[in-house]
Amino acid sequence: MNAVRNFFHSIRVRLGKLPRWAQLVLWGLVVLLVYLLPIINPPFLTTTGSDFGAVLFSCAMYSLVAIGLNIVIGYAGLLDLGYIGFFAIGAYTVGMLGSAHATLPLILLVPAAIVVTMISGVLLGAPTLRVRGDYLAIVTLGFGEIVRLVLVNSGWTNGSRGISNIPTPPSIELFDIPHISWQGLTAFVDLETTTTFLKFSVTDSVPYYWLTLTLVFIVLFLDWLMQNSRVGRAWEATREDEDAAELMGVPTFRFKLLAFATGAAIGGLSGAMFATKQQFINPENFTIIYSVLFVAMVVVGGQGNRWGVVFAAVLLTWAPEKFRFLADGRFFLFGILLMALAIFRPQGLIPPKRTVRARKAEEEETEILEEGHAHA
Amino acid sequence: MPDTTPGALGSHDEAHDGAHDGSRSARREDIVTNPDTSVDISVEEVTDLPPGKMLEVDDVTLRFGGVTALDGVSFHINTGEILGLIGPNGAGKTTCFNVMTGVYQPTSGGVRFMGEPLGRRKKFEITKLGIARTFQNIRLFHNMTALENILVGADAHHSTGMASALLRLPKHRREEAEGMDRAHELLKFMGLERRADELARNLPYGDQRRLEIARALATNPKLLCLDEPAAGFNPAEKVRLMELIQTIREQGYTVLLIEHDMRLVMGVTDRIVVLEFGKKIAEGLPAEIRDNPAVIAAYLGVDESAS
Ligand SMILES: Nc1ncnc2c1ncn2[C@@H]1O[C@H](COP(=O)(O)OP(=O)(O)OP(=O)(O)O)[C@@H](O)[C@H]1O
Ligand SMILES: [Mg+2]
Repeated sequence: MNAVRNFFHSIRVRLGKLPRWAQLVLWGLVVLLVYLLPIINPPFLTTTGSDFGAVLFSCAMYSLVAIGLNIVIGYAGLLDLGYIGFFAIGAYTVGMLGSAHATLPLILLVPAAIVVTMISGVLLGAPTLRVRGDYLAIVTLGFGEIVRLVLVNSGWTNGSRGISNIPTPPSIELFDIPHISWQGLTAFVDLETTTTFLKFSVTDSVPYYWLTLTLVFIVLFLDWLMQNSRVGRAWEATREDEDAAELMGVPTFRFKLLAFATGAAIGGLSGAMFATKQQFINPENFTIIYSVLFVAMVVVGGQGNRWGVVFAAVLLTWAPEKFRFLADGRFFLFGILLMALAIFRPQGLIPPKRTVRARKAEEEETEILEEGHAHA
Repeated sequence: MPDTTPGALGSHDEAHDGAHDGSRSARREDIVTNPDTSVDISVEEVTDLPPGKMLEVDDVTLRFGGVTALDGVSFHINTGEILGLIGPNGAGKTTCFNVMTGVYQPTSGGVRFMGEPLGRRKKFEITKLGIARTFQNIRLFHNMTALENILVGADAHHSTGMASALLRLPKHRREEAEGMDRAHELLKFMGLERRADELARNLPYGDQRRLEIARALATNPKLLCLDEPAAGFNPAEKVRLMELIQTIREQGYTVLLIEHDMRLVMGVTDRIVVLEFGKKIAEGLPAEIRDNPAVIAAYLGVDESAS
């Protein structure tokens, strides 16, 4: 693992020495490549058993979830075991206001989902964030289940029948992009399979992937802005030692509530994307197991590192699809790997950069690392 | 490489283990930069205070169930002085700090700061009023760097919220710059500049103690409360720290100092308050305290039998 880390570190150092324009071009190319993944269908990455575009959409959607939950768990140190509740509220806000009870366009539904989940985060957080640690975990665990049970039992939300005909984003059909398919390692252009830019439909997940990926980049940037400010420091201080933070002038309750509400809002945004992509939701989409999976993403990735949790979200979404042929063996394997991780790398795959930076402090390369960071 | 585990469960005790650890102190020799006491760390709002009583502890009693930790304690701190708070183990010194900083509400009696009762103010509000403290058992933010620890302290007088941070409003930029300046000034003053980007948990024990003082100073405290800041130090280090504390006072801060070592306390303080079993048994100039029979019986007696 050390070798891997040093390898990445040396790459970063070398990149840091490039002129600024070259760095920007390089970053631009990487971002473009990520956008084009479902078109290129790279041989090893692509999934054969399931639609690669849909898998990538899920990766992006769960990345949003991981970024949001990382604020709550990784930055502020609040163990939230009911995050699926916020995801569900986001999805149902879109469903209710877009199909079941009104027909607002998606452009209004997404902000509505964010606002509603944020408010529900405050309503849940205000009474519970006064108690500590274990209680919060239990209360949030209950919250996730309560949301699902209310959805199942309430006629207002159509009960277990769910909501269908959820609106898609507005399409603007400009041009067709042919996909690339591979025969072994030779690529050729597949004129049969095309993606229309930008047509949101049930049959093509790629535009949804692009939309959600864009949101991921925006949220990553906002996350960076928050973390590198008084707000982020207050969260981390609260996580490290709540009493000491309070005695150093941090209004810890206020900041915990802020972390909770911000995390909830991002979860709601992700849920909104889920709803508009599926166009149909029912309570079974939001079972407790997802809350556990979300926490796993944050822990596996490395609590507190936005790139780490995004990596883990992508890995934990992509791998089960890639290894579909293993059937239930996948979950057994997942369990084994989780245990191995807990033993050999409890801080997660990619822990916060600061530990690395601190380790390298004497090499005086902090500026280079900061540079790389700033382009997020 | 020793891997660090971020998260809510960071251990607070391991700093103590490092205190007498040979390899760490060897490392300390290499990198230690001496405190630079010529750095100006004073702030106007503190140096401009009128003389008089800064803090008054008024007949404070605090009971924990059956234990009376403080029993009708009254004393005051004058602006600009170093007041020593001494007493044998379990006398109630730390508890007194906890009452002054809002950790505990007194069972009866109260504390007035700058003439105003603290009442039921929250801990962070009291810090903003101008009382900052360190802890007997080091309580740094272990997985944050030395610099960030101090920035959190400096944030006590900042007000950047989510909106200013997300939009990078001028307020955010002004406060970040101010915090950075303040932090570097304090790092230099405390001799911690080379440590700025190291995690607090990785600092040698002595640096952790000094970082705690720097973090408290960053809040621009009118009153700085130090709870055994030299605990675990060897005699030479203790003397150096006491000199540092005197410099802090010369820069305009008022200091309340808990310290076990009688001789040390005599040397640096202007006045001394002695507690025993939660009661104040003496108050006065160091020379008076030294000759006070009650203090000799209570404090020195215990001290000598203990050492
Ligand atoms: N939270 C608490 N609950 C119950 N008893 C407490 C609590 N805090 C302190 N005490 C008791 O109050 C008394 C005073 O403790 P305190 O920590 O203030 O002593 P101290 O003078 O700081 O001693 P030391 O020199 O050992 O630090 C002790 O008997 C202690 O056991
Ligand atoms: Mg004590």
